[in-house]
Amino acid sequence: MGNAWLILEDGTALQGRSVGAEGEAFGELVFNTAMTGYQEILTDPSYRGQIVCMTYPHIGNYGVNDEDVESRRPWVEGFVMRQLSPIASNFRAQEPLEAYLKRHGIVAIDGVDTRQLTLTLRQRGCLKAGMFTRDADPRELWKRVQAAPDIMGRDLVTEVTCEQPYEWPLEGQGTRDRGHEQDTRRINEGIIPVPRPGGRNDPHIAVMDFGVKHNILRQLASLGCRVSVWPAASSAKAILASKPDGVVLSNGPGDPAAVTYGIETIRRLMGQVPMLGICLGHQLLGLAYGGQTFKLKFGHHGGNHPVQDRTTRQVEITTQNHNFAVDPKTVPQQDVEVTHINLNDDTVEGMRHRTFPILSLQYHPEAAPGPHDARYLFGRFLELTSRGQTPVEKGV
Amino acid sequence: MPKRTDIKKILLIGSGPIVISQACEFDYSGTQACKALKEEGYTIVLVNSNPATIMTDPEMAHTTYIEPITADAIEKIIEAERPDALLPTLGGQTALNVTVQLGERGVLDRFGVELIGAKLDAIKRAEDRELFKQTMESVGLEVPRAGYARAMDEAAVLAQEIGFPCVIRPSFTLGGTGGGVAYNAEEFQEIVKRGLDLSMIREVSVEESVIGWKEFELEVMRDRADNVVIVCSIENVDPMGVHTGDSITVAPAQTLTDREYQDMRDAAIRVIRAIGVETGGSNIQFAVHPDSGRLLVIEMNPRVSRSSALASKATGFPIAKIAAKLAVGYTLDELANDITKETPACFEPTLDYIVVKIPRFAFEKLPGADPTLTIQMKSVGETMAIGRSFAEALQKGLRGLEVGKDGWEAGERLSLDILRQKLAVPSAERIFQLKAALLAGMSIDELYQLTKIDRWFLRQLYDLVELEQGLKAAQPQMRACAQASAGSEVHAAGAAVLRRAKQHGFSDRQLARLWGVDEAMVRQWRVQWSVLPTYYLVDTCAAEFEARTPYYYSTYEQPVIALGWRLEAGGSNEPPRATKRKVMILGGGPNRIGQGIEFDYCCVHAAFALRERGLEVIMVNSNPETVSTDYDTSDKLYFEPLTLEDVLNIYDRERPEGVIVQFGGQTPINLADGLAKAGVPLLGTPVAAIDVAEDREKFRQLLDELGLRQPPSGTALTVEEAKLVAHTVGYPCLLRPSYVLGGRAMEIVYDDEQLKHFAQRAFEASQGFPVLIDKFLEDAIEVDVDALGDGETVVIGGILEHIEEAGIHSGDSAMVLPPHTLTEKLMDELRQATKKLAQALGVIGLMNVQYAIKEDTIYVLEVNPRASRTVPFVSKAIGVPLAKLATNAMTGVSLRAQQFTREIEPTYLAVKESVFPFSRFAGVDIILGPEMRSTGEVMGIDEDFGRAFIKSQIAAGQLLPQAGTVFISVKDRDKRAVTLVARRLEALGFELVATSGTANALHGHGLRARPVNKVHEGRPNILDLVKNGEIHLIINTPSGRLPRADEVQIRSVAVALGIPCITTIAGAQASVSGLEAIKKQGLTVKPIQAYHELLTHESS
Repeated sequence: MGNAWLILEDGTALQGRSVGAEGEAFGELVFNTAMTGYQEILTDPSYRGQIVCMTYPHIGNYGVNDEDVESRRPWVEGFVMRQLSPIASNFRAQEPLEAYLKRHGIVAIDGVDTRQLTLTLRQRGCLKAGMFTRDADPRELWKRVQAAPDIMGRDLVTEVTCEQPYEWPLEGQGTRDRGHEQDTRRINEGIIPVPRPGGRNDPHIAVMDFGVKHNILRQLASLGCRVSVWPAASSAKAILASKPDGVVLSNGPGDPAAVTYGIETIRRLMGQVPMLGICLGHQLLGLAYGGQTFKLKFGHHGGNHPVQDRTTRQVEITTQNHNFAVDPKTVPQQDVEVTHINLNDDTVEGMRHRTFPILSLQYHPEAAPGPHDARYLFGRFLELTSRGQTPVEKGV
Repeated sequence: MPKRTDIKKILLIGSGPIVISQACEFDYSGTQACKALKEEGYTIVLVNSNPATIMTDPEMAHTTYIEPITADAIEKIIEAERPDALLPTLGGQTALNVTVQLGERGVLDRFGVELIGAKLDAIKRAEDRELFKQTMESVGLEVPRAGYARAMDEAAVLAQEIGFPCVIRPSFTLGGTGGGVAYNAEEFQEIVKRGLDLSMIREVSVEESVIGWKEFELEVMRDRADNVVIVCSIENVDPMGVHTGDSITVAPAQTLTDREYQDMRDAAIRVIRAIGVETGGSNIQFAVHPDSGRLLVIEMNPRVSRSSALASKATGFPIAKIAAKLAVGYTLDELANDITKETPACFEPTLDYIVVKIPRFAFEKLPGADPTLTIQMKSVGETMAIGRSFAEALQKGLRGLEVGKDGWEAGERLSLDILRQKLAVPSAERIFQLKAALLAGMSIDELYQLTKIDRWFLRQLYDLVELEQGLKAAQPQMRACAQASAGSEVHAAGAAVLRRAKQHGFSDRQLARLWGVDEAMVRQWRVQWSVLPTYYLVDTCAAEFEARTPYYYSTYEQPVIALGWRLEAGGSNEPPRATKRKVMILGGGPNRIGQGIEFDYCCVHAAFALRERGLEVIMVNSNPETVSTDYDTSDKLYFEPLTLEDVLNIYDRERPEGVIVQFGGQTPINLADGLAKAGVPLLGTPVAAIDVAEDREKFRQLLDELGLRQPPSGTALTVEEAKLVAHTVGYPCLLRPSYVLGGRAMEIVYDDEQLKHFAQRAFEASQGFPVLIDKFLEDAIEVDVDALGDGETVVIGGILEHIEEAGIHSGDSAMVLPPHTLTEKLMDELRQATKKLAQALGVIGLMNVQYAIKEDTIYVLEVNPRASRTVPFVSKAIGVPLAKLATNAMTGVSLRAQQFTREIEPTYLAVKESVFPFSRFAGVDIILGPEMRSTGEVMGIDEDFGRAFIKSQIAAGQLLPQAGTVFISVKDRDKRAVTLVARRLEALGFELVATSGTANALHGHGLRARPVNKVHEGRPNILDLVKNGEIHLIINTPSGRLPRADEVQIRSVAVALGIPCITTIAGAQASVSGLEAIKKQGLTVKPIQAYHELLTHESS
């Protein structure tokens, strides 16, 4: 295995082992603090444009399998680890991570001081970075990193959204909803409703694919919805013509302000159909409400962020993956209420419209990876769609 | 929800003496709880019988009862104190059990005491197997199928339901012996039959076998708003079948996909809700089938536990402290994360390092014990290590274990066949045997089949072996590198090899061996080549937020290159700037028999004393159970192995003004020489004094100069020499190795044959140093004296008279303070001798001297110029924190300035009794000797000796009956003495039963004693009587050093059935005094603060 360089725009250079594809990669460097779930992270389309550094030092221990994917392929630009496991040890493992990374052309590095890297990002904020598997003068490489395009203002959604509308489940995918082997118990407890395959008379949920994670689709399907997935640029008219009972605005990569067409579509859908925004979808809603988004210093990427529901004061441990956030001061208070906040830094984690049946969450109720604490929110959204009532009337 | 204002006074129950499975971790949790609740303004009433705890320090709680943890005693305390609430979840199983008793007796209702944390029904749902199973099933979780059978046909029905393989365990056998795994009906019949025969109540349990399944634990916290968080996941390297306390474990879990982990997390949340633990921490154990992922719930502890202490240390999340705050009504979101201060406690810590915990065993002290690891815990301590890889953490852990390994070393080279057999049976040695097997070429798959250790761990081990081979081959390269100029390619390549080795946790000493140089050379290379440790923080959040708490571990990282800027300080190797006086304290490492909580207590006191004076305290220790490794205890905590390499690295970084080595037991003392040679200033008594005390010749000279006597003695380096010395001093004599603690391999021998037998063991333990041979003073009274000095003044801390006669290790002997049989003249002589010794040795700090008194002559047995095991006991008894005073003396504050210049002689009596692990080890004789075997201690305190003694017995779990039948069988020399005891027992209404010899002796003195057959004299014999429950107390002194088989049998049956068994005449006399005292007047309780008020502290 050869050497590889990881170089940050500020001139920080780390040398390690190349453990993925040969070549080079550029992107915004972010760190993720989840201790499990690297496969879900790799395949999450929201990471388009980003190089991900895992803070947990042993990665790849349980290999990869084709059940735990969040989309059809890995999307990260590059992958940074302290130590890649030489072995995949799990009864579901089909392949070691290294082979998977190579097969999918992902540049990866291990043997570097990921904690120092994390400290650097924490202190300096998000930085552009480049990864190079060939040996070269790091000063030359650094110049190339500095010249790489910035993620700010870039529309990455077009790079990850589907080309054609389709119905979920896709063949061979999503029939097995992750983490639901023991669902009968949860059903018995009343935590989730009885799952059933989506039939003709079941609620139809249209998902706007800004880079959707499959587990959003799996969750909806397991709750008995017919799920259709729409390219990000689909028009409101086309979506409404499919007579959805609700629309989910999915997660996705990059700067929400760059997805102007999406914001426009959302404006047209408002008031026409109940909506649930997740992550980027939530930020797009914020913009559609007339608010603004801003870039966090180094974002939230991990599976341990506490989010509090302001009305119940109940706390959920959540999965997070975002660099942008809605600025609550810019959102019209008379129309929109902030329902959830992040207890670590008080940023907005959830909103609801006071008139229309619209909920949105900055975090990931679909988890994958991460805790299942927020899954019930899909059920809450479905209640809105079936009754056509606003959350205010329901007193959610 | 803010804290509750409707409760004001809270009762906390500790866990009592240190025993296997309940150690320092409950002092850690209890101390945290006391501090947390006091901080909130509650009045704290504490009960704990263990004087060696920090929690029983008089200032920790408002009122502290050092009394037995029994329902009787606590009922009296409740009656006197009238607490509003009882928090039962922080004192281990002991506190939980006694709480259930109090509840069932109606005491809690009667006095209106509310249980906070967990209610009775929740405790019962978690503790009762059947209720637990029902509860789990009600929320859709599975537990292993199981049942009990009292006959073969019942068992057969169970086998049908459960299927094969299944585990059969006889109920009620000593140490859980006699069970087995059945894979078919034939084996099943055989094991059940044997099990029923072995069980004292003819019962076996049959359980679905989960042996070899993967084992996990989750630490869960819940608040009263029903917020639940998982603090930590733990994966056992040793799969199901080995008690988690005996397993090597890692945090976080390594081999679960997110999907599996989250399912387990969901299950854990369901468990804590279904069991109904309202607030606080619980530990839930799971088994996962390696090939199907099937998840079973094994058990749940509705309280903090050893694992929660480990999880707290592993993550930086203080579970016990938070649990205490949740119990009084706070919710998780209202409490701050202590480490970051800015983020809330309502989150799940994430780690960017890996933690390995390794158990420490004491089989060498328990000859005859079965060293197979099973579901019953056998380890006596543990060490934890933190690294940025499993390999690094494992190697750090193994060198911190102090079992003579410098890291992961290979066990004995054995044939493949024998290795296979050994690997298939879990043992303390297995981790080392794995290396031998890998070196012998065994494959990962074969090792997996033999051990069921997950292949991920095995592969890590395999890679370590590969790397080590490469390192060995790199020897010429390293030498070339040492010659090469800095900046050259040869130099860079050599440094890279060294760095790689260090990243995998190799110690300098291991590398020195591989490269044929000495340890100092490797260290020199590392410094010259800049291969230096990076110190990273345990920060709960993988560096996402800034940590305010300096809790460090070392690792080795690939340095970051700065192309266009200068690397800032703080991240890695920049030494922290000194702003005030700094002192470093070395802890004691893993608990073991002979070195446990008492030493941690002293280290913690040292930290408290220095912080009170505004000095900066740096603590170094590797024991996750302790208060010393609470990041709150010191200003900076380094969670590191206590080896010369690791300590020097920290010293180089911190540059404190001095290092304290005299509080952590033998561990830091053993480092003292190396540290001094490396130029590290050691505080207190000079190192030379340690040498004089340990060196036989120098010590003899010193005593001669001081005009003090010692028993005739000599030293030997071979068995032959030992024999010569023995003949010179005369039998019986005492053999003891140098530089060991806890009387390791110490024996009293009566003739040449015994000498030959035991000398070998002593030479092994002595590791090349001479074995000391002393004339043994039979029937002498032994005395321990603790003293402290500041270079000018010497003050006696306490004089402790041993209750058992000479020959029993001071750590095992019961002791009383002040002495109850010594004349004032002898006491004065003891004081003078102690002062002379302290002055001659230049003691600054603590010192302990052991004396024997025979026929009014005082002999010095040994001197230890360091803190002794009795320091906390004495401190509690006299109400003076000796270790604090000693620390101040060591850092320049004289005893005079601290106003401690006169010995304190209490008017009440305090008895220290030891607690033994015998009930866990079948086949180990319970007779006491010069090798220490107790794991812990309790204190009984009262106004007269009898009551203080009986309290100590009750607290130690020796439940002396107040009526019934006593069986007496003593050796000839004791027959006269025992008649007096028997007479007093008869007067108390006991019926006497004795074997023929003893019975004759008793009859001769006009006592009625029913004779009974010895074991070989026909039936019914004494064993039948014992088994039938007709005997309630046994007084049995061993007939010789090599005890007779029938005596051993009687004693082990007594242990198994929990019948109190007294093995010394002195012990019997004291016990009878105690029984007489209770008969005269029942037991009362009194807080330690009230005793201390009786003392008049005089300053001169």
